[in-house]
Amino acid sequence: MINFLGRLSWDAIPIHEPPAVIAGVGMIGGFLFLVAVITYLGKWGYLWKEWFTSVDHKRIGVMYIIIAIVMLLRGFADALLMRAQQAVAVGDNMGYLPPHHYDQIFTAHGVIMIFFVAMPLIIGLMNIVVPLQIGARDVAFPFLNSFSFWLFMVGVVLVMLSLIVGEFAQTGWLAYPPLSETQYSPGVGVDYYIWSLQISGIGTLVSGINFFVTIIKMRCPGMTLMKMPVFTWTALCSNILIIISFPILTVCLALLSLDRYLDFHFFTNDFGGNPMMYINLIWGWGHPEVYILVLPVFGIYSEITSTFSRKRLFGYNTMVYATACITILSFVVWLHHFFTMGAGANVNAFFGITTMIIAIPTGVKIFNWLFTMYRGRIRFTAPMYWTIGFMVTFSIGGMTGVLLSVPGADFLLHNSLFLIAHFHNVIIGGVVFGVMAGITYWCPKAFGFKMIEKYGIYSFWCWLIGFYVAFMPLYVLGFMGATRRLSHYDASTGWHSLFVIAFIGALIIFAGIGFQVLQILLSVIKHKQNQDYTGDPWDGRTLEWATSSPPPFYNFAFVPTVSSVEPLWDDKEGKAKIFPENRQYEDIHMPRNTGIGALIGGFSFLLGFGFIWYIWWLVAVSGLAIFACVVARSFDYDTEYYVPASEVEAIEEKLRLRREQA
Amino acid sequence: MSAQAINNHDHHHDHEAEATSKVVFGFWIYIMSDCILFACIFATYAVLHGNVYGGPSGKELFDLPYVMIETFLLLTSSFTYGLAMLAVHKNNKSQVLFWLFITFLLGLSFIGMEINEFHHLIVEGNGPSRSAFLSSFFALVGTHGLHVTCGLIWMVLLMIQVSKHGITGITTRKLSCLSLFWHFLDIVWIFVFTVVYLMGVM
Repeated sequence: MINFLGRLSWDAIPIHEPPAVIAGVGMIGGFLFLVAVITYLGKWGYLWKEWFTSVDHKRIGVMYIIIAIVMLLRGFADALLMRAQQAVAVGDNMGYLPPHHYDQIFTAHGVIMIFFVAMPLIIGLMNIVVPLQIGARDVAFPFLNSFSFWLFMVGVVLVMLSLIVGEFAQTGWLAYPPLSETQYSPGVGVDYYIWSLQISGIGTLVSGINFFVTIIKMRCPGMTLMKMPVFTWTALCSNILIIISFPILTVCLALLSLDRYLDFHFFTNDFGGNPMMYINLIWGWGHPEVYILVLPVFGIYSEITSTFSRKRLFGYNTMVYATACITILSFVVWLHHFFTMGAGANVNAFFGITTMIIAIPTGVKIFNWLFTMYRGRIRFTAPMYWTIGFMVTFSIGGMTGVLLSVPGADFLLHNSLFLIAHFHNVIIGGVVFGVMAGITYWCPKAFGFKMIEKYGIYSFWCWLIGFYVAFMPLYVLGFMGATRRLSHYDASTGWHSLFVIAFIGALIIFAGIGFQVLQILLSVIKHKQNQDYTGDPWDGRTLEWATSSPPPFYNFAFVPTVSSVEPLWDDKEGKAKIFPENRQYEDIHMPRNTGIGALIGGFSFLLGFGFIWYIWWLVAVSGLAIFACVVARSFDYDTEYYVPASEVEAIEEKLRLRREQA
Repeated sequence: MSAQAINNHDHHHDHEAEATSKVVFGFWIYIMSDCILFACIFATYAVLHGNVYGGPSGKELFDLPYVMIETFLLLTSSFTYGLAMLAVHKNNKSQVLFWLFITFLLGLSFIGMEINEFHHLIVEGNGPSRSAFLSSFFALVGTHGLHVTCGLIWMVLLMIQVSKHGITGITTRKLSCLSLFWHFLDIVWIFVFTVVYLMGVM
């Protein structure tokens, strides 16, 4: 019996720890509630047929974003717990979180925010927007897109499950060895970490290849590389980064697994292992990862600035070149994450200088956006608020980054709260603001209705003010010598008041998230008031606005032809036509939905679970099941079909009537 | 045949050509990412190969003639796969199956020899737990071996599909991808042979 379940037993359920119990009960309760609601509404069949088995890039994109928002709530709950702990755990008060729990929380916060919030938000937006912007009917490999999504879901489920079955890693979000080796982390925490990231990472890699091929091979006639919308350009560069950097993560995690499972000695203290090897590898992935997140967001800001300033983007070419420069430079800066390793002055100088150089193309972009706004007729919509907030906040974050790039300064600031303040400054001020702007901007495209502007703007102000109140004190604390990941500090340090201010800042951000949730709920409930049947609610300039909202599953009834960067704008100005007039409808070739992606996801979850708990029979069975799914897919030659021209015509006619009635 | 049907037929043909170009291109990109995966493991080996921790080094462990035979088996299998692809272009199904089968046997012998080598090392107490050098050796050579094994399984599946459907656009596309994969593994092996074995016994 003991062997049958590996090391899994009733002890794995942390019933003696109140914080874990509350979180666990909340999570299970929420899940059961959702199941009950879906069952009550009788929507399981609909969800399975129309969503879970869907290979439609728009639906997959929406699923990514929904999951990301749920995970944002989880990740933010972790952040609040940490801020609350640090606001009280001073002097004799040890706070309310025991260290081993606190350590799990900061690890989970980092892992969740990067892998299961930021990544799916970016990949979700790319899914919804890129094929539409390039005038394609789907991505290059629709089945693999569904497969990627489900592998990502496995990661999400494993991380969430670690709350109630076992524990999560207590190592920090990159699980540095030797701490993450069996000797110091014998529990299942690091194994949860490894398998959730390994499985979802493979999904991301496949997504990267998928989008790269989509953008290179499936652009509509006339769209040369230098006529691609900027968001598509940044998505392309981001996917190049994924293709190059995710294999490094795969190797890094695989080697750590070999150390932990099969007693290899890559990163151990003894037997000749070298922990710094891990740190080099993980940052060889980790630094490009930062740009994987931020480049597409730069694209979002470019689209938004241009649309809401009613001007062509200033310096399209320099924007593209700057993006390409950042793509390349992002691979020669990784060592700045560990200047203190002791690589020597010359090596540190090289990486310090390359890091400073990255600020140049980024600065170019800031000026491009400023000059786009200059003398434009700016409409102050919610996306524009986020964009302007970003330009100020991100610039500050960028400058503190340049401070850190000086190796001498880094020796003092390394591992301090100054660093924490810096990267939250660029990630919140850059990625989060950008994604919020992007969601507001493309929501009418994905769903056919606008979000309620008012709450978006409230949310923006809360996020902006909350950010400054929460993180400016951390810069100061960093200078005062506060290191990261402290669960307790002495009263004589004089840090207490600043930690309390930071906690208040986190509460203000919490209000911002509250407004966002409210915005989403009310926008869905009152969607009839904000309906947009034109397909072009913002007076847009690129192809995605040239089809109806939400677009029919085939995106475009006719393949568009473009002759400039802003085909829709030229069409409106009468300079060029996107769609030829009076053309006959044709049969459209589309991929069939398939449940195999979801099935592989399910078995991959069991595989990961088996590995984590040493349930070897489960590993074998689910491994074979995954293999069977792959074989079944490989032997299925009937994966595509034709939508007859008459059906396309009927759909288009209905959309036209709706448009005219509006 | 009506005009509509002819039109559809053309469409089918276009789509197949388009799909092939996407799939083969995508597979190239996958191979490039796999290349980076191997590069990382090579880098790890380069860093750790001297860390023998009092255990044996490559010079004491490697049997060069044995590995030479392995190398020839794999290189020959690449050649026979090339012959299979030539047969594909000549549309000769039985020849395709014949050469795939020969390739499969050569690949299987390679893997058999590798497993035998690993087995000997482990039995003599020189398994991956012995030192960081041996850890990185097993990881690098093992990852290549794992890839070859996947290639072999894939080859079996394709032999079944070819015998079932014959040489069609789709099976040709699949065979082309496996061909890329197989030659790629050959190239990786040349690096393994040079960096691990030749430089190891030097």
